Amino acid sequence: MKLRARERIDNSVKLLVKTTGFLVIAILGGIFFMLLWNTAAFFLKIKPMDFMTGTQWNPSGDPATYGILPLLVSTCLVTLGAMVIAIPLGIGTASFLSEYAGKRLKNILKPIIEMLAAVPSVAIGFLGIVILGPGIAQITGQPNGLNALNGAILLAVMALPTIITVAEDALHGVPHMYKEASYAVGASKWKTLIYVTIPAAAPGILAAVMLGVGRAIGETMTVLMATGNASAFPKGFFHSVRTITATIAIEMGEVPYQTTHYYSLFAIAAVLFLITLAVNLLGEHYVNKFRKFHSA
Amino acid sequence: MNKDDIKLSASSVNLWFGKKQVLKDINISFPKNQITALIGPSGCGKSTLLRCFNRMHDLSPDARIEGEFLLEQRDLYERGLSVTEVRSRIGMVFQKANPFPKSIYENINYGLKINDVPKEKRQDIIENALKESYIWEEVKDEMQKPATRLSGGQQQRLCIARAVSLRPEVILMDEPCSALDPLSTLKIEELIVKLKKDYTIIIVTHNMQQAQRVADKTVFMYLGEIIEEGDTNTLFSDPKNDLTANYVKGHFG
Repeated sequence: MKLRARERIDNSVKLLVKTTGFLVIAILGGIFFMLLWNTAAFFLKIKPMDFMTGTQWNPSGDPATYGILPLLVSTCLVTLGAMVIAIPLGIGTASFLSEYAGKRLKNILKPIIEMLAAVPSVAIGFLGIVILGPGIAQITGQPNGLNALNGAILLAVMALPTIITVAEDALHGVPHMYKEASYAVGASKWKTLIYVTIPAAAPGILAAVMLGVGRAIGETMTVLMATGNASAFPKGFFHSVRTITATIAIEMGEVPYQTTHYYSLFAIAAVLFLITLAVNLLGEHYVNKFRKFHSA
Repeated sequence: MNKDDIKLSASSVNLWFGKKQVLKDINISFPKNQITALIGPSGCGKSTLLRCFNRMHDLSPDARIEGEFLLEQRDLYERGLSVTEVRSRIGMVFQKANPFPKSIYENINYGLKINDVPKEKRQDIIENALKESYIWEEVKDEMQKPATRLSGGQQQRLCIARAVSLRPEVILMDEPCSALDPLSTLKIEELIVKLKKDYTIIIVTHNMQQAQRVADKTVFMYLGEIIEEGDTNTLFSDPKNDLTANYVKGHFG
């Protein structure tokens, strides 16, 4: 019968969709479990205290040391630098797009900015080696410009599209009546932006920043190419650093299977995972708060 | 009307949004310390006309305005007259109460800050504005509460206080009661009538009873033109024009 066939198709589609849904959750759970399992194996051999407070990462040394601090500090340094550059630029661009740019200009600029997100990170890494690196070297008088600053600038470029897009949405979503109220008491466009529009869009802008941080912290290829990867404890923006992501990418290919070194890479990956998870959750939290604010 | 009694006027005004003409050859004057109601069916251009006086159309790039607007003898669109000055002399209250998502105190303080009122003077001005708008008693103990937690009627009175705090000469009101319940509406109407002694008020309204309750003068607009204007009682009891008669009797609109 035709009807029964239809029902059967309906049921099988339902099953299929359900399976794909659960599959994604299963994969996520699997990754988490794998990280956790290998991290546990690592902590059976190395004391968590030594791992968290050690200032040297030298797994192939004698004795081998597994201090995460230099990597963590490197990651934070590069991310912080990227945010110092990207946040003002991003909010500025978002403000321009939302409040000042004409409709036509906005329709041209927004897709271009979004296209920036589509540039592969390897290509941005080239930029760091070929243009930014020599430039920084020339200014600072160092032999090469592969350092934290280089990575920070590149990461800023990569985080910008996210920050701009989300912040622009937030600014644009501020109810027009608030702006009108501000204009009606004689405020200029600029003062309205600073005192009314940006504060009203603050949760959305914060979400934009958080998503930008999340993007920067987990980025691997660009920092691997641009920051020099010296394993010494980072001394500042003008020195070579080695982030968590770069360390995993460099060492994973060469490490013997199931050694302490092997497990240690999972442990630092787990730390990275926890950080990005926290940042993303925080970002989501603000995005939701922003939505509530607007539906109210 | 004596020339000195005219506070605000518009002559030979035409306004287009893009290609669409919204106001056609408007000539109108508003007497000092009186309440003038603009009535007419939706889309007839009352709000558009109202917004010409504090130059709110400056913000819409596709609006084109012709004609002359005078505040006393000053041309409101004159080069060299800043829009900030226009708006501090001509205040506005909107259709939907729009307090800032800030505290009650900050809602009024903001306008003062923008207009460079010295800090020492602000406290008194804020208190007076709230008293003048009959909301002081209700909010004096919770000035730091978010303004968005007030009731609709209280929010609208706060918005009136915000406009009043800048000591404007004219207050424009764009359907200030359309989102309020009858009791809050009544309170706002009482307030509007009391404000008349210090301010010239223009109120856009869809509510004909409201126009009759508060307005000294009423202007009837239709499709971007002024059809009839006059003393409120006369316009409602003895309209000269058929369109006006039909509208005030509720036959259309």
